[in-house]
Amino acid sequence: MLKIENLHVAYGGIQALRGISMEVPDGKIVTLIGANGAGKSTTLRTITGLVKAASGSIQWNGGELLGKSIDKIIGEGIAMSPEGRRVFPDLTVLENLKLGAYLRRDKAETAKDLQWVYELFPRLKERDWQLAGTLSGGEQQMLAVGRALMSRPQLLLMDEPSLGLAPLVVQDIFSIIREINRQGVTILLIEQNANMALKTADLAYVLETGSITMSGTGGELLANEKVKEAYLGKHKR
Amino acid sequence: MIEKQKKFTLASLVLVAAMLVLVIVLDQVIKPTDSMSMLLKVLQKGSIYALAAVSMNLLNGFTGLFSLGHAGFMLIGAYTYAIFTIPSDARDVVYQYYDAAVRLSFPEALSSVLGPFGTLLGVTLAIIAAGLVAALVAYLIGLPVLRLKSDYLAIATLGFAEVIRAVFQWGKLGPVTNGSNPLKSFVRINSFQIHLGGVSVSLSTFVPVLLSTVCIGLIVLLVNSTYGRSFKAIRDDEVAAEAMGVNLARHKMLSFCISSFFAGVSGAGLAMVLGISQASNFKSAMTYEILLMVVLGGIGSISGSCIGAMLFIAASEWWLRGLDSGSFLGINAPGVFRNGFRLVVFSVIIMIVVLFFRRGIMGDRELPDLLSRRRRRRKTGKGGGSNG
Repeated sequence: MLKIENLHVAYGGIQALRGISMEVPDGKIVTLIGANGAGKSTTLRTITGLVKAASGSIQWNGGELLGKSIDKIIGEGIAMSPEGRRVFPDLTVLENLKLGAYLRRDKAETAKDLQWVYELFPRLKERDWQLAGTLSGGEQQMLAVGRALMSRPQLLLMDEPSLGLAPLVVQDIFSIIREINRQGVTILLIEQNANMALKTADLAYVLETGSITMSGTGGELLANEKVKEAYLGKHKR
Repeated sequence: MIEKQKKFTLASLVLVAAMLVLVIVLDQVIKPTDSMSMLLKVLQKGSIYALAAVSMNLLNGFTGLFSLGHAGFMLIGAYTYAIFTIPSDARDVVYQYYDAAVRLSFPEALSSVLGPFGTLLGVTLAIIAAGLVAALVAYLIGLPVLRLKSDYLAIATLGFAEVIRAVFQWGKLGPVTNGSNPLKSFVRINSFQIHLGGVSVSLSTFVPVLLSTVCIGLIVLLVNSTYGRSFKAIRDDEVAAEAMGVNLARHKMLSFCISSFFAGVSGAGLAMVLGISQASNFKSAMTYEILLMVVLGGIGSISGSCIGAMLFIAASEWWLRGLDSGSFLGINAPGVFRNGFRLVVFSVIIMIVVLFFRRGIMGDRELPDLLSRRRRRRKTGKGGGSNG
C-alpha cells in the first residue's frame, strides 16, 4: 500500500503541492483528477523521485520512499508510464520493452513477462522489430504501458494515458488498464478525462491547486454535483 | 531464432578470421618497395583510426554525449605506452635533456623471465595500461564536465584536451614525459616478426589490425548488451531512461570512461604505427579528423565508423597524394598539382559526400543490415551500399 502524508512540493517559490494526503490500497485502481496545474503530475513525479519534496512522507509497504534515488524506488516494484508516452524513438519496440526490465536480472522470468505483455498488447508483438518512433500514438501509449509492466511492478503509475488519443483508442487503453488491474497490479491513474477515469476507478481524489478537496469512490464522485460541474462539463438544471 | 543468431555470429567470426589471415598474407607478399606498399600503410594507420572513430562513436553516437576531447585521451595512451616500453639501453638517448624518472619497461622486464612471449605480454600490458590511465583521467575530468549538456560539454572537453596537451609538454614534467621532445625507440609494429627456420614472417600490419579488431569486437559486444541499450536510451530520452531505473550520472560516466579507455588504446596503437609519441601531434585538429570519420561513416553505426576511417586515411594518405606531387591519374600538371592542392580536392569530396549521404554512408545501420534487409524489415532508406 502506498500512503502519502502531508506532502509539500515547491518549484522555486511556487507551491505545487500544499500538504496532500492520500492512500492507494493494494489491488485497486485509484485516480487523481484535476485541472491543468493542479499538481497531478507533480505528485507522480515525487513518488518516483524525479522531483524532490519539501516535506511530508510517502510510505510504500511500510518503508519511506522520500530521499531514495530513482533506481532504488523503481527497484522496489513501482513503475511509471510517463506523460506524453516518451518511448525511445530510435530503438525498436523489443528494445524499448527490454529497457523496461532494465533493473531485473532474472532472465527466464523476464522472458515470461515479455510474453505476458505481448498477450496484453498483440499489436506490439506484430511490430517488435519496428522503430518505436514510427508507431501510431495509440501504439506508442501501449508500448509505454508495456514497457512499464516489464519491470513486473506491484504499483503502476500512469500519467495521462489518454493524452492526444482518439476516443475509440482511449476506450481500448482503459479496458487494458482494467485488465492489468484484474491481474493483480495496483494502479494510480492521473487523468484529465475525468469521466473515463472515474468510471474506471475504485477510489478517486480531486486535486485543486495543490490541495485535495474531495475524495470518495469513483461512483460517488461521478454523481457529485460539484465534480459534474467542474470536470464533467454538466450544468445544474 | 536463436539458431539463426548462432549461425550469424559464427559467420561473422569466420569472416573476421579470414580478413586477419588475408592481412598476414598481404604483409608477406607486398614488398616495401612496391607501389602497393601504401596499402599496408593505410591498413596500419586506418585500422587504428577506425578504433579511435568507433570509440568516439560510442560516446557521441550511442550515448548522445557530444565530446571533443578525443585527441587528449589518445595522447595519454600514446605517452603511457611509450614510457613503459622504452628499453633501458635506449632510455638515456631518448631522455637526452632530462633524467628519466620511470625506469621500468614492461616488455624488457617480462622477456627476461618468459622470453619472447614475455615481450608480447609486456606490450599487451603496456597497451592496457595506456587505456586505464586514459580512463582514469577521463573519470577525473568527467566528474565536473558530465553535468554539462550538448555544446557546453563539447567546449569543456575540447578545453580539457588542450590542457592535457599543455601539461604533457610542460618542462617540469620532463623526467616523465620528456617535455616537448618526442619519445621514441619503444616497441613498434616493425618489431613483431616470427622466425621459423630461416623464414621470417612480418606481422607489422597484422598487429595493429588485430588490436583494433579485438577492441572493436569488445565495443560491439558492449553496444549490444544491456548497458549498450541503456546508453541508447539516454541518447533518445534522458527522463524516460531515468524513469526506467537507469542511473544517468553513473551510465554517462561509464560511457565516457570506456570511450576514453579505447581512445587511449588507439593512442598506444598510433604510437606503435608511427614509432614516435609527441604531444604536438595530438592537436584538436586530430579530434576533428576523427569526428569527420564518424560523421562520414554515420553517427551510431560501428561499421560506418570503420569504413569512414579507412576511406579517410586511404584518400588523404594514398589516393590523392599525386595532387601534391605533380601528377595524378596520368595528368601531369606540376603548376596546379602542388603542395596543399590535395586538401582542396579532399574538402570538396567531403562536401559532396555529406550532400549525398545526409546521415553518413551507413546512417545508423550496420553492414549485416544491408546484406539482409528482410531480416530487419526496416525501411530501405536512402544512402545505401558503399564499400571501402
